[in-house]
Amino acid sequence: MSAILKMISQRLALGLLTLWVVTIIIFMAVELLPGDFAEALLGQAATEETVAAIRRELGLDQPAFTRYFLWLGDVLQGDFGRSLASDRLISELVGPRVYNTLFLAAYAAVIAVPVALTLGVLAALYRNSLYDRSVNVGALAAISSPEFFAAYILVYFFAVQNAWFPAIARVSETTGFGARLEMLFLPAVTLTLVTMAHMMRMTRAAIINLMASPYIEMARLKGVPRGRIITKHALPNALSPIINVVALNLAYLIVGVVVVEVVFAYPGLGQLLVDSVAKRDMPVVQASCLVFAVTYILLNLLADILSILSNPRLLHPR
Amino acid sequence: MTMKELERLYAANKISRRDFLAGAAAVGALGAAGTLGAPSARAATPKKGGHMRVGLGTGSTSDVLDPATFDTTFNQVLGYGTLRSSLTEVTPEGDIGPEIAESWEASPDAKTWVFKLRQGVEFHDGKSMTVDDVIASLNHHRGEETQSAAKPLLASVEEIRADGPDTLVVQLAAGNADFPYYMTDYHLAILPSDGEGKVDATSGNGTGPYKLESFEPGVSAMTSRFENYFKGGDRQHFDSFEMLALTDTAARTNAMTTGEVDYMERADLKTVHLLERRPGVAVLKTDGTQHYTMPMITTQDPYTDNNVRLALKHAINREDLLEKVLRGYGAVGNDHPIGTANRYHADIEQRTYDPDKARFYAKQAGMENLAVNLSAADAAFAGAVDAAVLFREHAAAAGIDVTVVREPNDGYWSDVWMVKPFSMCYWGGRPTEDQMFTTAYADGVPWNDTFWSHERFNSLLVEARAVLDEAKRAEMYYEMQQIVRDEGGVIVPLFASYVDAHTDKLAHGAVGSNYALDGFKLAERWWWA
Repeated sequence: MSAILKMISQRLALGLLTLWVVTIIIFMAVELLPGDFAEALLGQAATEETVAAIRRELGLDQPAFTRYFLWLGDVLQGDFGRSLASDRLISELVGPRVYNTLFLAAYAAVIAVPVALTLGVLAALYRNSLYDRSVNVGALAAISSPEFFAAYILVYFFAVQNAWFPAIARVSETTGFGARLEMLFLPAVTLTLVTMAHMMRMTRAAIINLMASPYIEMARLKGVPRGRIITKHALPNALSPIINVVALNLAYLIVGVVVVEVVFAYPGLGQLLVDSVAKRDMPVVQASCLVFAVTYILLNLLADILSILSNPRLLHPR
Repeated sequence: MTMKELERLYAANKISRRDFLAGAAAVGALGAAGTLGAPSARAATPKKGGHMRVGLGTGSTSDVLDPATFDTTFNQVLGYGTLRSSLTEVTPEGDIGPEIAESWEASPDAKTWVFKLRQGVEFHDGKSMTVDDVIASLNHHRGEETQSAAKPLLASVEEIRADGPDTLVVQLAAGNADFPYYMTDYHLAILPSDGEGKVDATSGNGTGPYKLESFEPGVSAMTSRFENYFKGGDRQHFDSFEMLALTDTAARTNAMTTGEVDYMERADLKTVHLLERRPGVAVLKTDGTQHYTMPMITTQDPYTDNNVRLALKHAINREDLLEKVLRGYGAVGNDHPIGTANRYHADIEQRTYDPDKARFYAKQAGMENLAVNLSAADAAFAGAVDAAVLFREHAAAAGIDVTVVREPNDGYWSDVWMVKPFSMCYWGGRPTEDQMFTTAYADGVPWNDTFWSHERFNSLLVEARAVLDEAKRAEMYYEMQQIVRDEGGVIVPLFASYVDAHTDKLAHGAVGSNYALDGFKLAERWWWA
């Protein structure tokens, strides 16, 4: 067990380093974009004088190097600053959005993960059958269509033709849990469609791979029923790759859903990031990207820990 | 069957025109059928009550309530037409009318303007509006430190002072007969002052018809009727007014067709004919001052030669663009920025597509194989790239080789417009000729996007500004339009209408065209039928 604790602390330390590098890359990337906040804010109406006035007030006239370290210094003291555009506290601005994004991701994951694993196990069980082939074709078709397309199709059938679900997800802080689930059903199903294939096919492949191993053959010769072989003998050993794929897709559900957010007018983190990049609103861009980076680091760490726990050989290394 | 049901069936293509007329005769309403196809503005007596939801086409998480930097229709409708009022108002008919100022008059040289302020106007927080609030609100856009996009508008103001509790005096450096029109600009909303010359621009407190309940930038805003509104009974009919930012066109259309919103801004021109057929949905077209332009930087070769500019002006097929880019929702332009919605629109002969003339002017310029680069991105307007590509085809027939350079949307206004010698652009237009010309055509102003300088034009512009005699002014503006059309550096191919959709249960009077969404004042002008 101490090996795991050691690994976790090592990985967390490395994670912090990664985050620091991420902030530098993001900062440089935004600096490289043409124009700055003052010009983006005024757009066609920008004149030299007003642009200069805005830069002076927000300290944008200082060199990039100075601005980065001022920002970093504040962040190390736990102060993420204020949005350049709206002058709102970053925590106030990003907080509810993070909640919305996590809620949708969790909702989609609660649907997608069990469905994908079940379908995958069944596909391995009835390998090469009509069922196996149709599930594969269906899942691949769903992942191959762009998210907005899948979303529009769902909206067309379940919101426009039949008014079963709302076409847009206009949640607010006062929206109750049940209402939220109803509003977010179509977005969650859209995300399920685009993430399910990956998880399902990995489950199927990992199990089928193991089915050729000698110990499975042994079990079969002993007369263990097929379903039991898969759930009892194959699945536990296939967990490690499956966990990794699930973690990857969970991360995608959090960081890659901006298109779905736009189609359903859902106030998530992705839309905030896009708007902030367009306005060159550096503190918000940094905060949003840090949330995304933390998501990736933590989910990958979790996946590794779970892989180790599920594998006695890794748990007790010689 | 009632007339209304018949209309709806007809609109939904469920019955033919013949059946419609037969049915109309049967219900004895044939006289009313004359308005068929025209948006029916029911001039019934407005009714109070109800909740109104509007889906806006622009709106960003970086929206603010400070009018100095309004740049999306979301904060324009919210912060100008809903929460606040201005000194003056452009009426739905296009005239100038009183708002916070009850009346105004100018000195004979149009340099000194005296506004009499309405008494008893209240802010949402109960504070009485005074002349100090008005002064501070205007000064918010003046001086060294201002971040306001409206600063150039007030550049000629020398002094703003109070003359007693109800009189505002504005002293201008040069005469300006249109100054009351300037006061309707959406940046110049009246804000509460803090007593020390600064204003509270961020809380949303104002003297407008609705007060702010909640505002989540880029998502939604909720407002409720302000009971002590100074216009009182004949305006502000809804109990509450809600706004949603739905920037995705398909999401907005879905919200409209499924009844999640009652009014949608910016219908998709590619599918508006389908929306029009949908029962219960009415499409609203407003011809305003918004126009698309193609500025050529006249200080750079080959655009220094007016023959080159004329060649290009003749090489564009405006009718084709109107049909393909705007699907007919607009009007062709005549290479000057003054549209039919303006007061002094001159009836000048329409310039048409004429490859021979284009060839002739190119030859005059000594460039028979004229080749130009045209920078385009959809940031300029929706369909700008398509328009540029169509123009390339039109010009090819005149032997002019146009290369379309695709530019990124991001940073278009800082890195392409006014930088690349020939680009695509749009203007929301201005309520007065002087404002439009002064903003983008006068010599040396920051947004003269063609860097054009014409002596006669510039002297006319300054002269006309101070003339209070209508007929004389009209004549001067006619001449200026002619000059811009024939010698200016800009192609104005199209005037674009505002195309919105709403449920047919909403009613309204005449629709203002100075800005989108009924002059941004939809909240106080519309009602539930």
